[in-house]
Amino acid sequence: MKNGDIMLNYIWGFIILISIICAIFTGNMEALSNSILVGASDAINLVITMAGMMSLWSGILKIADSGGITCILAKIFKPVLKHLFKDCPENSPAMRAICMNITANILGLGNAATPLGISAMKEMKKLNKNSDVASNSMITFVVMNTASIQILPTTMSILRQKYHSAAPFDIVPAVWISSVVALLVGITLAKVLEK
Amino acid sequence: MSKFSFYIMPCMIGFIVVFGLVKKVPIFDVFLSGAEEGLTSTFSIAPSLIGLIMSVSMLKASGALDVITSLLEPVGNLLAVPKETIPLMLLRPISGSGSLAFIDSIFKSFGPDSFAGRVASVMMGSTETTFYAIAIYFGAVGIKNIRHTIFAALVADLTSFIFSILMVRLFFT
Repeated sequence: MKNGDIMLNYIWGFIILISIICAIFTGNMEALSNSILVGASDAINLVITMAGMMSLWSGILKIADSGGITCILAKIFKPVLKHLFKDCPENSPAMRAICMNITANILGLGNAATPLGISAMKEMKKLNKNSDVASNSMITFVVMNTASIQILPTTMSILRQKYHSAAPFDIVPAVWISSVVALLVGITLAKVLEK
Repeated sequence: MSKFSFYIMPCMIGFIVVFGLVKKVPIFDVFLSGAEEGLTSTFSIAPSLIGLIMSVSMLKASGALDVITSLLEPVGNLLAVPKETIPLMLLRPISGSGSLAFIDSIFKSFGPDSFAGRVASVMMGSTETTFYAIAIYFGAVGIKNIRHTIFAALVADLTSFIFSILMVRLFFT
């Protein structure tokens, strides 16, 4: 999960004000007042429920990462990825960082993926003669990062478990198909609109 | 479907443990340091979740959410979207914690195994916080003209949402 959302200052303020105004008209002020108290403790309950599993999962993933799984998988994905990033030479630092970032995303190593992605962007900017216009490779790369390619949607499964889902992971195949189709659509559009 | 799903987690953990042992990783020590990072990062989102869950509960309690949802219902019907998930579709590309807060409220009202609950789960799991990724990556290297990035990324998000509904229909009804 990623923090540091943008535009949130306005959205948050808007949601709160619209709720208060609406409560004046609908006469739901009592419910609104209670919801503020309940909302705050609900949030802490949610964090506490998620903390155990998020911590466990980060620990497990760290084992995979320490064993060098990111490098191994990055090598496997490279033959496919090099066709998508034609303006990056095959053995360039840019290509290496791109492969590492995408692998880290697939594994769900969000904290590792972001710095790798930023260094990939820096290398691609060098290849693009430091222009402040996005290159084709940059666009494809960022579009791939805005699509979800994570193999296991852990956060979602934990939340489903919290609300006593009969099978918290039963949504996983549906998640795989939707994310792969969306990823293909994103890459295709990024490529088609290059001209 | 649900029988198969119980294999996913144990198999992944088993695979990673064997992989770690083969690669001579001190698995428990490394686990502890990773688990500590995970714990810290989960608690670090607590303040933003408190703020956002409060605002989503206010939206619900005041009746404003019902008004917004019913205003958007005609659009939803057009795309066969369950109306409870329309606000989620609008929030998802902008705010990760905000969508999590919203899904929490959907689960609370309808349950995670309801149609809306499943669709919301798949929507959340198959997308990312699009504007956040765009801002962080292009911002980090000072790119001013991002050309068709936003269009391609948002069409991909919309594709995820439509497929989420189709897949839940296919697998669970």
